[in-house]
Order: sequence, then structure tokens, then C-alpha cells
Amino acid sequence: MTQPTNTHKKGWYEVQHRVAPYLFIAPFLVTFLIFGCYPILKSLQLSLYATNGPKSHVFVGFSNYRFLITDPDFRTAVWNTLVYAFWSVFFQLPLALGLALLLSQKWIRGRAILRLAFFSPNLMGQAFVAVLFGILYVPQYGLVNRALHPLMPHLIPLDTKWLQNPSLVMPALVLASLWMYVGFNMIYFLAALQAVDQDLYEAARVDGAGPWHQFLAVTVPGIKPVSVFVLITATIGSFQLYELPYLMLNNSAGPKNAGLTIVMYLFQNGFVTGDLGLASAIGWSLALGVLVISLGQLRLTGTLRNEMQAGKGGKAR
Amino acid sequence: MNRDQKLSPGRIAAHILLFAMAVVVLTPLVWLVAATTKGKNDQFHYTFFAPTITAQNFLDLFKKTEVLQRNIWNSTFLASITVLVQLFFSSLAGFSLAKYEFKGKKPITILMLATLMIPGQLTMAPLFELLHRLGLVDTYLGLIIPGAVSVFGIFLFRQSISQVPDELLQAARMDGCSEFGIYWNVVMPVSRPMTGAFCLISFMGTWNSFLWPQIILHNRELFTLPIALSQMVGVYSQEYGMLMAGTLIAVLPVFILFLVLQKEFVAGLTAGAVKG
Repeated sequence: MTQPTNTHKKGWYEVQHRVAPYLFIAPFLVTFLIFGCYPILKSLQLSLYATNGPKSHVFVGFSNYRFLITDPDFRTAVWNTLVYAFWSVFFQLPLALGLALLLSQKWIRGRAILRLAFFSPNLMGQAFVAVLFGILYVPQYGLVNRALHPLMPHLIPLDTKWLQNPSLVMPALVLASLWMYVGFNMIYFLAALQAVDQDLYEAARVDGAGPWHQFLAVTVPGIKPVSVFVLITATIGSFQLYELPYLMLNNSAGPKNAGLTIVMYLFQNGFVTGDLGLASAIGWSLALGVLVISLGQLRLTGTLRNEMQAGKGGKAR
Repeated sequence: MNRDQKLSPGRIAAHILLFAMAVVVLTPLVWLVAATTKGKNDQFHYTFFAPTITAQNFLDLFKKTEVLQRNIWNSTFLASITVLVQLFFSSLAGFSLAKYEFKGKKPITILMLATLMIPGQLTMAPLFELLHRLGLVDTYLGLIIPGAVSVFGIFLFRQSISQVPDELLQAARMDGCSEFGIYWNVVMPVSRPMTGAFCLISFMGTWNSFLWPQIILHNRELFTLPIALSQMVGVYSQEYGMLMAGTLIAVLPVFILFLVLQKEFVAGLTAGAVKG
């Protein structure tokens, strides 16, 4: 399994041993500096310029940001993105956790197949899911109406125009996102549940804790780090929504911009119109928004944890 | 809950609920397959499969969109190269972080973590400008080079390689193996499961990616499958069977790879999250 480097000189051998870790990590450092670090700094500068394609630049100060604040389209994009992020995460995570809790029970038959079934939509890229759902949402004949109409005849008529009616575009997006991501998040919850120390359950049972108390005292603190991770990644992912509405709505932002998102707005202004300065300002707005919300979530879950531990301490002893 | 009861009503209900939900989740996929087999007139006549099955949708697909074969080849080529490049550089860097002590290791690790939190959209405009200056717009290199090293992959490999026993590396060193030789002949062969997982994750990422290829690729000859499909949606929005045939072709390779690498994939996906 080894290839002795012939009668190697001791000096060379020493040198390569010392240099190796740096050499191995160098590709990351080089690509990061050129394609990560430089563009981040550059975008800060670029956001203060009006540009037309990659060539012509004019310094405009903060007017890109001022434009964004006053542009009704940008406001629509931000609003839509926030609404989507809220509802998709709001439904995704409890559903994913519920499925994971059930699937982690040893007495469930066919767990492997069930897990595979729930996860499978995630293998399709968002773009492909969008094309599929664009057709599933067709009025009259689409599968969604065919399935939901018999269940809710008054609420959902057979000719419900999910993608033509501005007020239905968001529910349509959230539903598609549930289909796509619940199983994905479930995998994380399942892994977390399996990592919880089983002895803790036994101890809680000995202490006379029922299933609900076991859940609160053992499961919740046990899966908390992963839950926070899932919450934050799901939120960040929702903020980057683009392909799903764009392709589902036939390469557009939909009726009355009902499917316009921040990233779609960025693409249209930065790369269709060609204003890279404005695109950078949008990028920074998005990054700061994501940062603020992630930090807020960390704060929120951090305080929650302290309460939980206090409650657990009270109960266990 | 009584643990000795084999089939309590609650347990039966749980099974019914889970299997019903699985059916709901799988229905769109079954519908997708069914839609590709139906002729135009049958498309909405039958909700799922029609009595007569036709290959017309696939024939139309290749006749009307003469470039599609090209797009399939493009996607395959691009994804394979990207996977190989990312696999090599990410595992190498992961090895470095897992098995060596060196100056600057900590700041580099923190730097990597920080990059995971920056949304890619932030750098798209300046990156496009940079690639334009380098002459890489409208080339696959413009897609491959900026993402040549996957930070996610580095962490994945750092985690799995740190479990390789140090004695194994020492023994190789005694044999006069160079550090790169250790990586190539010792570390990578024992990291097979993680390699499989990473290849699939990386392949999916490239195969499904849309926004950045949409920005970088302008020449139709270079379009990847998602981009080609989005063009088809614009032109043939009423040709449901054909669109679904294109979608099926586009998602099938990932499904097949997944079925082969399922176990490793799930382990790889959750490795960082559970331990961290």
C-alpha cells in the first residue's frame, strides 16, 4: 500500500512533512481569497456605484440603497420573501419533527421505506420541482385541484387558479416547499433523536415520568442543538428562494408580482438589466437581513434553552 | 403507552397515518412518471396512467428541442468534473485540518465557518465582474473554479478523517511514505463511505443548480439541463407530457445515484449537524 520514495534524502522528507498541511489547505485559501474574500469587499464598493454591465461605473454614494428603500417592487420582494420564509418554516419544522418522532419508534414497520419516501422529493432540484408543480397546479385538471376539491369542495373549487390568482401564489409556493423539504429536515431530526442517550429515558421512566414528561425532559434538550441548526438553515434557505417561483410561474414573477422574491429581484436588476452596483446593494441587504434574523433566532432559542433546563431540573429531582 | 402491547389502536393509527402520508408524498412522483407515458388527448382524461402507453413525449422532446441531448451531456460532464475537483481539494484540506497541527489552523477553521454563513448571492455581482475580466463568463471554468473547494466538504472530510487511527499514518511514514502518499494510499481508501456521500451531495448540488449557471452561461450550446428546461417551459408551456418527460430525464440520474449510495448519503448529510 505504500510507495517508498526510493532512497529518500532525510532533508527532503522533513521538509515535505512540515510543508504538507499548508500545501493541502492552500487550494482553499487561494480560491477563497480570489473568489470569496475579494468579491465580498468588492461588492461593498460596487454597491456605491451605478453600473451598466461589467464595464461602465459611476459613483453614486448610497443612492442604490436609497432606491431600494423606495422601490415598491423591492418592498414586494422583501415582503413575499418574509411571508414565504415564515410560513414554510412554520409548517416544515413541526411536521418534520412529528414524522421523525414517529419514525424513531422501534415498533414502526417499514421505517426504511417510509424514510426513503418522505425524503425522495428532496432529490429533485428546486427547478425541477417547480416545473412539476407548475403543471400540478393547473386549474380543472391539475392533480392538486383534483385531490383537494373532493376534500374541501367549497373552499377549493375544481377551477382554482393557484398560479393565476395573486393571493393563491404564496400558498402554492409554501405547499410545494413542504413537499420538497419536510423529509429533508426530518432526516436531521431523526439523526438527532437517535443520538439521544437512551439511558436518560430509562432514568426518567424510573423517576415516574410519562411519555410527555420524557419528551420535555429528555428529548427536547437532547435534540435542541440540531433543532436550532435546522431552524437556521431552513430560514436561510427560504430567504434564497428563487427557482421555485420563477419556473413555476412560467419564468416570471407571477400575477401582480405575487411570486417576486429578493433573489429574483436581484437577478432581474443585476443580470437582466445589468446594474451590478444595484445587485451588490441587494446582496448586502439580503446578507444583513439573513444575519439579523439568524442572530435573533439564536437569541430566542438560547433563552428558551435556559428556561427548559430550569424546568427540567425542577422536574427530574 | 404499554410497551408489551404489539398492536394497540394507537400503533395501528400511527402506521395508517405514516403510510397515508408516504402515499401523498409519492403521488406527485407517480403522476410525473404517468404523465410522460400519456398521449396529448389522454393527458387530462386520465388522472394517472392511461390504457394506452406511448413514447411520443420522449420522441417529441428530442425532436422539438434538438439540443436536449447536448444538455444532458453538458450536465453530466459539468457535474462529474465538479465532483472530482471538489472531492480532491476538499478531502485534501480536510485531511490537513484533521491530522496536522500547524500555525494558523484555528483562524483558518473560523474563516471556513464564517464562509458557510454568507449567502452566495452577496458576491454574485462582483464575482461576475471578476470572471468577465478573466474571460471565464460563458465557460464551464467560470462555474467550476469559484466552487472548486467545498467548505462543506472540508468539514465532512475533517470529521471522517479524524477517526482514522494515527498509528496507521505513522506506520506509513515509517515505510517512507510521503505525506501526499499517505493521503492517497492510506487516508482516501479508508474514507470510502464519506467519499461516496460527498460525491452524491456534490453531484446533486451541481446537477440541480440553476441561478449561477443562468448568470454565467449565455451560449445555448453550453446550457445545463435545468436551464434548458426553463427555456422549454417558456416555449412549450402547454406540452405537459413533453415537459414531464424532460423533468423525468433530469431527475432520474440523481434518484439512481441516491438508491446506490443511500446509507452513506444520510450519514454524510447529518455528520456535522449531530456532532456539532
